[in-house]
Amino acid sequence: MYAFFAIVRRDLRLALRKRAEIINPLLFFVLVITLFPLGVGAKPMLLQAIAPGIIWVSALLAAMLSLDSLFRSDFDDGALEQLVLSPQPLSVLVLGKILAHWLVTGLPLVIIAPLLAILLGLSAKTISILLITLLLGTPVLSLIGAIGVALTVGLRRGGMILSLLVLPLYVPVLIFAANAVEMAQLGLPVMAQINMLAAMLVLACVLAPWPTAAALKMSMS
Amino acid sequence: MKFIPDPIGKFFHRMASPPHFYALAGQMIPWLTGIFLVLLGYGLFAGLYLAPTDYQQGDSYRIIYIHVPSAWMSLFIYIVMALAGAIGLIWRIKLAEIMAISSASVGASFTFIALVTGSLWGKPMWGTWWVWDARLTSELILLFLYLGVMGLYNAIDDKRTASKAVAILALVGVVNIPIIHYSVEWWNTLHQGPTVTKMDKPSIHISMLIPLLTMAVAFKFYYVIAVLQRARLELLQRERTSAWVKKLVMEQSK
Amino acid sequence: MNSITPLLQGLDLACIRDDRSLFSELSFVLGAGEVLLLEGENGSGKTSLLRILCGFREPDAGQVSWCGGAISTSAYRANMAFVGHLDGVKKELTVLENLRVALALGQGNGGSLDAALARVNLAGYQDVLISALSAGQKRRLSLARLLVTAKCLWILDEPFTSLDKQGIQLTEQLMSEHCAQGGMIVLTSHHPIQLTHGAVQRISLSSCL
Repeated sequence: MYAFFAIVRRDLRLALRKRAEIINPLLFFVLVITLFPLGVGAKPMLLQAIAPGIIWVSALLAAMLSLDSLFRSDFDDGALEQLVLSPQPLSVLVLGKILAHWLVTGLPLVIIAPLLAILLGLSAKTISILLITLLLGTPVLSLIGAIGVALTVGLRRGGMILSLLVLPLYVPVLIFAANAVEMAQLGLPVMAQINMLAAMLVLACVLAPWPTAAALKMSMS
Repeated sequence: MKFIPDPIGKFFHRMASPPHFYALAGQMIPWLTGIFLVLLGYGLFAGLYLAPTDYQQGDSYRIIYIHVPSAWMSLFIYIVMALAGAIGLIWRIKLAEIMAISSASVGASFTFIALVTGSLWGKPMWGTWWVWDARLTSELILLFLYLGVMGLYNAIDDKRTASKAVAILALVGVVNIPIIHYSVEWWNTLHQGPTVTKMDKPSIHISMLIPLLTMAVAFKFYYVIAVLQRARLELLQRERTSAWVKKLVMEQSK
Repeated sequence: MNSITPLLQGLDLACIRDDRSLFSELSFVLGAGEVLLLEGENGSGKTSLLRILCGFREPDAGQVSWCGGAISTSAYRANMAFVGHLDGVKKELTVLENLRVALALGQGNGGSLDAALARVNLAGYQDVLISALSAGQKRRLSLARLLVTAKCLWILDEPFTSLDKQGIQLTEQLMSEHCAQGGMIVLTSHHPIQLTHGAVQRISLSSCL
């Protein structure tokens, strides 16, 4: 447990010292969302109707693009070798790294999302549901994405293949989260979707660190 | 290995020894091809000629004799691939690794056929080539999963490492497929209503069912043939430095 | 260090890389207080062998055992430390922060961090960022990591690169002390090494080519 927190603390401190890595996915998220009105036209009704989809697809892409920084620098400077060689269970250390990564890349998305939702014309009640789905959903994206990065971190050009591996696995999160927001817009109950997202989060927390650890060990050879 | 009795373990290890497998697969392929052709011939004849015309869909329904077995195979092969991958990961059996990756491209082809035939079928049924129907959408995502597996395998140079990566990915995929399938189904009923459940065919006449099942078995045989062929090639490529391959090449070139 | 007598054993190891057999039927036994020196040209498989001993790579044949057990266990990793050609330190963190992370991952031997830093001539560098250190200083920092963690087996890949004369002497001295305390070392090196303690076994890998 001590090692878990040591890793979280280390990664948070590292992120604070190279802030660009926090800012970049955030900027990407904001930019993609501003592109949509330019692409489909500034029609408030239309934008409002597709806002849940826009926000969630953009969040998905931003989360995916930020994944590379999860293990890349550790792989390049050999810190990952030391993690793998640690007598502590690797899956726990990996969970620590994912938590730290979500805190610096996922959480900012959640925080800025209400602002963008206002730009797209969502109501206050809908925004609160959007926040809940983002809070439950983005950690799942980080957890699932970690498996993909761990598999591709040893490759020189892993970026394209990473999206091919990870995006299909993001489908359930997208479906339930975007749908919850859409239903909230119509004033319908969304408990079922929220429960599904919570279940996915629990499942991902328990299951995802194992294949990630196995894939990291594989990437070392 | 502890829970498997010794003689059985030894049997599997002998079966899984590359030269033995290579020779055995070579002997089996002609037989399998024969059975496959007979089944395929009967299935197509019965399906396209003997089976009656559907009173709603006319003759266009006959595409199910290709579509449905392909869709079944697409899922079946993914599960086989994940199982083979798991066996390769746990017991380090080289042959299981090879089986897993050889299955991927065959499975992807079946998935692709299922998609194309589904879309062809959609034209007379729905009047458009593509409908975001739950099954077609799941099938499309399954195709992406297959492509991911193949892409990852090709991206990693060291083939032993690549096999491990593929096995991990296939296992992750197998856990996710039910979740994806369920969520897509749920999404579909919300957005479109259960309009396309015609595909379910709750009651199918026996004269239509028999050719369908025959085709399904024929496709299974085809899969075995294709996977054995691919596995033999893959095996030769991986073991190209070993003595038995060199001997084989010497004998062939005489 | 450890109540059981430590023993690292390699049996009939083989490594194939890109269709080329780097080595095969390589066996060795390494006991307490002993040093295993791997020699050979570039590309002869020294680093591959080290990575096999670390458990990063699986040997293409044969097996490595630690005290009779497999090396994939955490018991093995609790007893071994690896210094590769990558330093494994984060350049955005300070010397002290890096050492603390290393301690959290392994287990300390109770010695103070400051003493270890003083031992490798890095006293006063506690709060300096790694990016401000020279290559030699980073090397010495990885030696300090070995000193603060209680590891019995050191696996060192080219420990003398980018070190000056005093750095090399210091490394040799630390290695001798480690062997005198019953530790064991596996290393690759182009330099001849001079140790006051520890029986040195040599494996020359180029002969297998």
